[in-house]
Amino acid sequence: MSAQELLSLADDELILGWRNSEWTGIAPFLEEDVAFSSIAQTEIGHARAWYELAAKELDTDADSLAFDREPDEYLCAPLVEMRMAGDWARTIARHWLYETADRIRIQVLLNSIDREVAGLAEKIDREETYHRMHAEMWAERLRDEPAFRKAVDELWPYALGVLPEGQRPLLCEAVEREEGKAIERRGHTEELRPLWEEMTTVRRSVPGASW
Amino acid sequence: MGAARGARGRGVIWEVFRQERQGQPFQHGGSLEAPDLVFAEAYAREFYGRRGESFALWIVPRESVEEVREPYVADVFDRDYRRVDGYSLKVKLKEARERAGTSEPR
Amino acid sequence: MNEAEFEAYVQDGGQVEAGDAMPEDYRKALVKFIEMHGNSELMGVLPEREWILRAPTLQRKLALTSKVQDEVGHAQLIYRVVEDLGKPREACLDDLVAGKTKFHNVFHYPTKTWGDVGVIAWLVDAAAIISQKALLKCSYAPYARIMKKICWEESFHILHGRDVILTMMNGTDEQRELVQEALNRWWGPLMQFHGNPIPAENDPMYRWRIKSQANEEARQQFLDGYVPQIWELGLTVPDSKLEKGKDGVWAYSEPDWDELKRVVTGHGPETERRLGFRQASREETAWVRRAVLADAA
Repeated sequence: MSAQELLSLADDELILGWRNSEWTGIAPFLEEDVAFSSIAQTEIGHARAWYELAAKELDTDADSLAFDREPDEYLCAPLVEMRMAGDWARTIARHWLYETADRIRIQVLLNSIDREVAGLAEKIDREETYHRMHAEMWAERLRDEPAFRKAVDELWPYALGVLPEGQRPLLCEAVEREEGKAIERRGHTEELRPLWEEMTTVRRSVPGASW
Repeated sequence: MGAARGARGRGVIWEVFRQERQGQPFQHGGSLEAPDLVFAEAYAREFYGRRGESFALWIVPRESVEEVREPYVADVFDRDYRRVDGYSLKVKLKEARERAGTSEPR
Repeated sequence: MNEAEFEAYVQDGGQVEAGDAMPEDYRKALVKFIEMHGNSELMGVLPEREWILRAPTLQRKLALTSKVQDEVGHAQLIYRVVEDLGKPREACLDDLVAGKTKFHNVFHYPTKTWGDVGVIAWLVDAAAIISQKALLKCSYAPYARIMKKICWEESFHILHGRDVILTMMNGTDEQRELVQEALNRWWGPLMQFHGNPIPAENDPMYRWRIKSQANEEARQQFLDGYVPQIWELGLTVPDSKLEKGKDGVWAYSEPDWDELKRVVTGHGPETERRLGFRQASREETAWVRRAVLADAA
């Protein structure tokens, strides 16, 4: 698997984990706050694992890949870049769509000829069970809420863009929707740069330092 | 088991019991609020398992738990036959050994 | 049991459960004390969560998210105890944002740098743990029980704090300066944290064994444990009078009790903004609680 593909996976998980961690302390109720925070942490943990694999290929380390690239060099899908803190309907819509898409690509990676990739995909798949249960639980609860349905409609083209073309029909099948036009990975939303600036502010303050 | 029983117009309170290690008794760990069992399970796992501190969990709606405050009224009449101190064997054993001519085992 | 008998009962080590008969003043004192603790855990989240977004390594980001998550979890445990004493969680949150109830002084101050993140996790949490360990002996058993879980989880926070500080102190001059500067700003609030010394004899909180440690005792314990740790790193404490006497008692400049009073009554530098933020977040997600909790089985 190429370093670029590994970085796409890692960047998706890092930026989404970062967005989801914005809910820590302000989730709809305390029990959910704790649960959702674990999901964010698991995502960042998975990002770190993918970065570590990529780092071996690129002769660097995970933190350098996570923090020290320019915004244009990130390979994340536009879906994960959008700030949704404060909007639970959109957050859950994205969470549910992303988990469904992620599951599809993880299943493919389980069969990778690269044993390290397959091994990591297996570990991630196990942890993701709880994410999927959580996403399903909430999607079921909010199914009839207009705000949720509107958010799913709006985010659908972005969700398609998370997966390579060949895997998109599986996503359509999983959520029972027609394919339509996807918003592809090329390019970023205008939200990425301010996110990156805040994310790297401490790190850039003393370049090269250990923290 | 708490003042807030009965109709609350809110989420259900669930009691969580945790087993620290395999084979050990389940002990009360705390309570949480959740709309149904699916949510309650997700939250119980987080609160009492995210650091791997529980081997297993039981989740019970609070209304299903019956509290028994004074478990047994057993102090009115003496029931020494149910207690260890109700049996004094030392004196009888001494007498039996004397009769048999045997001494206390070393 | 009348009130005198109840007092003798708890002083003798007797424990109280949620459904037990208890003097109304005892119940009210418990609610007030425990509610303030819950408020503090919840408000303590706000200064720290800003830094989750800015954490300079993946490890620090994970550790800090985990720490803040624990604090939210503590708030949940604590408010559940208050609710079982008769005051619903939403009523607690209403009173908090309306400024009717209090939270600890340290959470009214801004966090300005990554140095603050280290100092808070290392020293503010340390000060809090000293009080929390004393609460393990609280006469109200449901509260004493959750304190056990809380203290266990807090132990990870102190490790994280120490690690952050040590890494910076072993780093560059700029990083060391970040730590010293943060310490200079936090020292005052830290010294005020345990409250002004009040005699235990007249305090119902002690008579009822809700609290079992005097304020000054807690502060001395903090100084004894942590000033040596601060000094051994080459950091200075901004108090020229700070000194351990031959009798083992630490002498220090009188903390600014006026500042403490002003801050906890809602006039801290960040109080209004943070309460406003809390209220705004609540409002944005009120529909979720209505949709999900209101129609529960």
